[in-house]
Amino acid sequence: MDFTRLTLTELRAALRSGQTTSVAVTEALLERIVAVDNLLNSYLTLTDEMALIQAAEADERRARGEDTPLLGIPVAVKDMICNEGVETSAGSKILEGFIPPYDAFVVARLKQAGAIILGQTNTDEFAMGSSTENSAYLTTRNPWDLERVPGGSSGGSAAAVAGRLAYAALGTDTGGSVRQPASLCGIVGLRPTYGRVSRWGVIAYASSLDQVGPLGRTVADCAALFQVTAGYDPLDSTSIDTPVPDFEAALTGEIDGLRVGVPREYFAEGLDPEVEAAVRAAIEKLADLGADVVEISLPHTHYALPAYYLIAPAEASANLARYDGVRYGPRVPGEDMVDTVKKTRALFGDEVKRRIMMGTYALSAGYYEAYYGRALKARTLIQTDFREAFADVDVIAAPTSPTTAFRLGERTDDPLTMYLSDVLTVPVNLSASCALSVPCGFDQEGLPIGLQLIGNTLAEATILNVAYAYEQATEWHQELKRLEIGD
Amino acid sequence: MPLTLADVRKVAHLARLELSEEELHQYREQLSDVLAYVERLNELDLEGVPPTAHAVARQNVMREDLAKPSLPLADVLYNGAQVAHEQFLIQSVLDDSPEENT
Repeated sequence: MDFTRLTLTELRAALRSGQTTSVAVTEALLERIVAVDNLLNSYLTLTDEMALIQAAEADERRARGEDTPLLGIPVAVKDMICNEGVETSAGSKILEGFIPPYDAFVVARLKQAGAIILGQTNTDEFAMGSSTENSAYLTTRNPWDLERVPGGSSGGSAAAVAGRLAYAALGTDTGGSVRQPASLCGIVGLRPTYGRVSRWGVIAYASSLDQVGPLGRTVADCAALFQVTAGYDPLDSTSIDTPVPDFEAALTGEIDGLRVGVPREYFAEGLDPEVEAAVRAAIEKLADLGADVVEISLPHTHYALPAYYLIAPAEASANLARYDGVRYGPRVPGEDMVDTVKKTRALFGDEVKRRIMMGTYALSAGYYEAYYGRALKARTLIQTDFREAFADVDVIAAPTSPTTAFRLGERTDDPLTMYLSDVLTVPVNLSASCALSVPCGFDQEGLPIGLQLIGNTLAEATILNVAYAYEQATEWHQELKRLEIGD
Repeated sequence: MPLTLADVRKVAHLARLELSEEELHQYREQLSDVLAYVERLNELDLEGVPPTAHAVARQNVMREDLAKPSLPLADVLYNGAQVAHEQFLIQSVLDDSPEENT
C-alpha cells in the first residue's frame, strides 16, 4: 500500500491501529521528496536526519502505549516560522544562514503533539508575494501544472501538501498567503482569526495582519493541525485568551438552516467566468444541503486592496528595520556604519525593497495622514462591513482567487497586476474575521478552483464545518489522490 | 502625483537602502503607479471615521513581573556577523573627528 496517498487523518488511524509505523511513512515521504522535489522545489531546507530520529521516537512512544494528537505524522513548516537549530531564512538572502535559538510557539506545539517535521518550505521573501516567485532561493511549481505558480506566499507549503511531500503544513496568511495557494493547488487552507494563533517566533511581515494557518488535503486534516496550534500564548501580546473548541468534533456536516451570505462585490470585474461558475455551483450545493443563501453587500470591498498596500508595507518598513547586519544575517562592509547598513540591506530582493520604500514613504513626514492615516480609517469601514454582515448571516461564501494558477513569470513584471491576485482575500485580514479555501472544481485546463468561506471573529469551527459538509457532498478532494507529478 | 528621482533617493536614504541608478528609475515608476492606485481611498468620505490599527483591539497587555531565565548568551550571539568580548561588534558611530563635523 502507498501510505503517501493517505490523508493526515487516515494516516493517524493507520498508525493507531498498527498498520504502519512513523519510520516507514517518514522514509517513504523522504524518498518521494528526493524523487520529485527537484520538479516542485517546495522545500528550502530538509531536516531528514532529525525527522527520522523523531519518527523512531514516535514509534517507541506508541509501542509504550502513548498517543498524542499528531504522534508520528510528518508535516512541513513555512520558512517564516522559527524551528530551533534549523536554518530559517524567510526566503531571503538577508537571513541566509540564520539559525533560530528557539522554537516558534506553533513549532513547539507541533513537537509536543508528536509531529515529525520534514523541513522548511519555500516562501516569497518575507511572505511578500502571491506566487512564491519572490523567493531568493527557488521557484516552486504547481503540482497540477509545472509551468504554473503554486500561488503564494505559502506556495512551498501548498505544493508540498498537494504533491504528497507532507501530510499537512503550516503557512502564514497576511493578505491571503494561505488561502490563495491552497486554492491554486487544490487543497484546504485556513486563515484563523487574528490572535487565535500565537505569532511568537514567526518572522514579522505586517504585525497587525500576520497569522499562522494550516494547509491540508482535507478539511479534517486542516482541523487536526489547527487544533494543536491554536490557543493563548502570553508571549504574544495580541494572543486572545479564550477557550479553543474541539474543531474536529465540530465537523458534523450538519448545516441545515445556516445562513450563507453571498457578497455581490466579490463577483465583480476581473473574476474568471469559470471560477465564477464553479463558486456559484458550490453555493447552490450549500443550499441543497439545507443552508439559507442570501445576497449581501460588503460595500467597501473595493477599498480593501489599496488600504492593504499602504498598511502592510508601512508595518513591514518598521519590522524590517531590524535587518542591519548586526545580530543576524550576513554583513556587507561599508565605509561607516550607515554605509554598512545600506549595503547590507541591498541584499533584500526587489519586492521587499519596493514594499519597504512604499511603507517608508507612506509613514514619512507630510504624507502620513494622506496615506497611512486614511488607510487606517478605511480599515474601520471594511471591518464595519463584516460586522454588519455577520449580524445577519453565519458564513460568507465567495471565490478565493479571481483566477486559477497563472503561468510562471506572467505577473512578475508588473507589481500591481500581482497585487490584484489578493483582491478577494485581503479584506478578511483587515477585519477580525477568519476564512478558509476549500476545493470546488477545476477549470477546462484541469487547474483547481477554491471556494472561500468567511466566518465571524473566532468562528473557525463554523466555517470548517460548512467546508466539511461541502467536501463530503462533493468529490473534488479525491482528485488529489490521482494527481501524478510531472505527467 | 508621480514621484521624482529626488523623492525616491530621499525615501531610500530614510529606509537605509543602497539602490543602483537603474533601481532608482524602476522604483520611481513602480511606486508612482502604486501611489496612483491607492489614491482610490480619496473617493471615501472619512470625516469622523476613527482609525483601526488592529483587528482585535487590545491595550496595555501586562504580564506578571517575574524574573525568568533568558536565552544563553552564546545562543544570542551565535548569528552575529561580528562578535567580540561577548558583544556584537559594529563600526564606530560616535564621530571623534570634530573638524569633519561641520
